[in-house]
Amino acid sequence: MIRETALLMGGLIGVLSSASAVAAILSFRAGATLSPALQNLNQRIKAWWLMVLLISGAFICGKAGVIVLFAFVSFAALREYVTLTYSRRSDHRVLLGMFGIVIPVQYLLVWSEWYGLFSVFIPVYCFLVMPALTALRGDTERFLDRVAEQQWGIMLAVYCISHVPALMTLPIPGFEGRGLLLIAFLIITVQGSDVLQYIFGKLMGRHVISASVSPSKTWEGLVGGMASATLLGGMLHWLTPFSALEAAAIAALSCLMGFFGGLVASAIKRDRGVKDWGNMIEGHGGMLDRADSLIFAAPVFFHLVRYLWT
Amino acid sequence: MAIVREDTRSQAWWLSIDLKPVLRSLTASALAMLARLITGVRPIWQGCQPSRKQRIYFANHGSHVDFILLSSCLPPDQRAKTRGVAAADYWGRTRFRRLISEVLLGAVLVERNWVERKADPLAVLIEALDRGDTLIMFPEGTRNMGEEPLLRFRSGLYSLATARPDVELIPCWLENMSRVLPKGEFLPVPLLCRAIFGAPVIPSPGEEKYAFLARARGALLALDPKSKGEKS
Repeated sequence: MIRETALLMGGLIGVLSSASAVAAILSFRAGATLSPALQNLNQRIKAWWLMVLLISGAFICGKAGVIVLFAFVSFAALREYVTLTYSRRSDHRVLLGMFGIVIPVQYLLVWSEWYGLFSVFIPVYCFLVMPALTALRGDTERFLDRVAEQQWGIMLAVYCISHVPALMTLPIPGFEGRGLLLIAFLIITVQGSDVLQYIFGKLMGRHVISASVSPSKTWEGLVGGMASATLLGGMLHWLTPFSALEAAAIAALSCLMGFFGGLVASAIKRDRGVKDWGNMIEGHGGMLDRADSLIFAAPVFFHLVRYLWT
Repeated sequence: MAIVREDTRSQAWWLSIDLKPVLRSLTASALAMLARLITGVRPIWQGCQPSRKQRIYFANHGSHVDFILLSSCLPPDQRAKTRGVAAADYWGRTRFRRLISEVLLGAVLVERNWVERKADPLAVLIEALDRGDTLIMFPEGTRNMGEEPLLRFRSGLYSLATARPDVELIPCWLENMSRVLPKGEFLPVPLLCRAIFGAPVIPSPGEEKYAFLARARGALLALDPKSKGEKS
């Protein structure tokens, strides 16, 4: 595992260094005034360095570090989500419970490796208890809207994201103790696909997929990004228990799910009349702007691996 | 014997230091950090810049912690010179509330009650301004719990503006605070908040009291992003 980790870190540093170099050359040639697109590119690359540093730090701390990191991702994502939803004074306690009880319990369940409760705690217990508590408060104004928005919030921001650290707990024969590499594989292919779709879209994008949802998502970006991310997944199969071909297929599926995640997130932002979810990550927007693809990819990836490899 | 005397003298010296300013600045920094941790609060200087000029910031009032949120958006050196204006009939009623408001937060307490007033609220505020302090006021006079985005303004803002015309009046819209900590709740729900600072509101010569108050209220309301089409 040490050899793989070293290779992985070397590769990441290499990719980020060349991205920084390209951006530096572009900025140098642009002269004194940088275009907004170039400024944004510089910010994005800087933020990527920070994110890689942060994730590496969590990986060094092992299981606990990764769980704490993703619990924090859930917290930030849920905070951005709830900010954009409709809530009333009578929802206060339930909202508090989403942050103060649901997030810690879900990640403690990841820690305890109690798969049975981990997989039903939110979609069974929370989904039934939360509307019951809301009804007990007696405020029926837009009841269905409020309950539905709360439930989908913990589904996306807590349940789905918690499947990333849960990958460590999968008992894959012959792959013991290497769950962190599987997480790295998922994050790199899905986030890599986002970046590649962005690059292909900027360079070649002409045909917009859905103008009413997102003007920046094009067919050229999707096809180019998916194809290259699939290739990337195949090339990274040594991180996983999969063969090269299996890794490529799983990467393709994860990236497709990631694309849907981005599309759904864009639709929600359109509905609420905002451009970004927040301002947490410079150049990228909020936590959900970065994590939207992972939210959709992680549970599907998790269950595919669980079904076929354990 | 000599040693004992030495001890009592040093103890007396220690007690004579006024710890209140230290305590106050420590509390302010800690609360500013906490506010950022929970609400990720971001100042948006839309109509003005942070400045050392003496100011009165006036904001919408949705929760007890509005003052903390607003002051956490100010640079630390200005935060030290900024005091909130709080209602004496609430924040001065028990010893515990007095400890929080006067000792820890350095608030200026004024009486809202028109009938049994002990001190003229205007005189108390002008005294604070004449010491050079910047004030944070909530001209609605109480926390707004209704559906209306902003209540009618009390007249104190006008009286201060005319009594001390050199002090800048800056409107500041605090977003989401009534959702973070509604009346009667103890724990805050983490939601993203912004503090949007507008351009100074200057009373024009001869402007009538209610016309000025309506204009100041309009300037504050215009900062609300919801009035520009962002839904929530």
